[in-house]
Amino acid sequence: MIELNKENFEAEVLSYTERPVLVDFWGDKCEICKQLMPGVHELEGKYGDKIKFSSLNTSGSRRLAISQKVLGLPTMIIYRNGEKASSITADKITSIDDIENFIKTYYETI
Amino acid sequence: MAHIYDTIIIGGGPAGLSAGLYAARSKMDTLIIERAKFGGQATTTDELENYPGSIENCTGSSLSERMRKQAEQFGTKFAIDDIVDVELAGNIKTIKGKKETYEAKTIIICTGATPRLGGFRGETELRAKGISYCATCDADFFTDLDVAVIGGGDSAITEAIYLTKFAEHVTVIHRRDSLRAAKSLQEKAFANPKISFIWNSIPEEALGDEILEGLIIKNKLTGETSELKVDGCFVFVGYDPITQLFEGKLGLENGYIVTDEDMRTNVPGVFAAGDVRKKSLRQVITAAADGAIASTTAEHYIEENK
Repeated sequence: MIELNKENFEAEVLSYTERPVLVDFWGDKCEICKQLMPGVHELEGKYGDKIKFSSLNTSGSRRLAISQKVLGLPTMIIYRNGEKASSITADKITSIDDIENFIKTYYETI
Repeated sequence: MAHIYDTIIIGGGPAGLSAGLYAARSKMDTLIIERAKFGGQATTTDELENYPGSIENCTGSSLSERMRKQAEQFGTKFAIDDIVDVELAGNIKTIKGKKETYEAKTIIICTGATPRLGGFRGETELRAKGISYCATCDADFFTDLDVAVIGGGDSAITEAIYLTKFAEHVTVIHRRDSLRAAKSLQEKAFANPKISFIWNSIPEEALGDEILEGLIIKNKLTGETSELKVDGCFVFVGYDPITQLFEGKLGLENGYIVTDEDMRTNVPGVFAAGDVRKKSLRQVITAAADGAIASTTAEHYIEENK
């Protein structure tokens, strides 16, 4: 998983065109985000061949998150050629399975 | 043949962790199954001032983590799995998860509750785009911005006060003309210059395309509507029990599981504890108390049915 920040977000996500990029938006105070994270790392092993996995700690990059219209955690967005291709937000995430289904659905279209 | 536990606790919030601690201390073979996040709703609150002994440096997540470690120290086992079906009748109960099937002599249901939606137009579309149900998770986004809080109970007022640490201004919108929250919270809120109130009103619509830009608010007495510009809206209008798995299998009332004072449901060997149970006060302290009682009753049940 690539750790994103204000400096590398443009290059690693918005201008990156080789593969779709999954961004796991999380925060220091989001407990469910932190408890889901090991599971997201495991999913990288399964789907990382076609999707680049990355995460952004919004606690230090609030403005960047808002610029991506992310105002709630956890949120996962898959970008393709710098554009949002698919996303899932807190209300649809009750367990890691929901995240896997979200990734898998997109993965199968690649 | 699956391993048969003495008790399986479904749900890893304060009720489940307390049940786990008590069960493991009485040498019961105990498993807690949680679908995502140990600590339950307690982890979504930053300030936990009403749990006895929690006066200093105690957040919902730090208390939950201590509870989890304590249960673990006495031998409780943990699993992460999402339960899809339960078989409650008979001496051995079966619990089907997405990953595994589990068996136990007793079950303690601690599945808790989930925040209720406000039920206004645009609410689900703008969820995580300005509409939130977890101040701890999302407050940071609204630093120096204006937010609304919907509701007038303990949760709404606690979180409104918490939000003033971040937001420029917090407007509490409540459908009645007085708050239901504890008097001490009310005093704090009324004295806070960053909080104002709109009484007898409910949100009718959330405005904004990609992110929340404001709310249409309706005064219930006059029927008049007005627009309030806010960047964030936190909804705390109550909770719904997580009991879909048990419909038709257990006695429920308004969705909540009915138990006696020793946490027995109407099915032998099946107990319930915490917010999922029909009761009058849903707090971390009452959840923990329920959990302790449920484990003790479960232990007696196993003794009597040997």
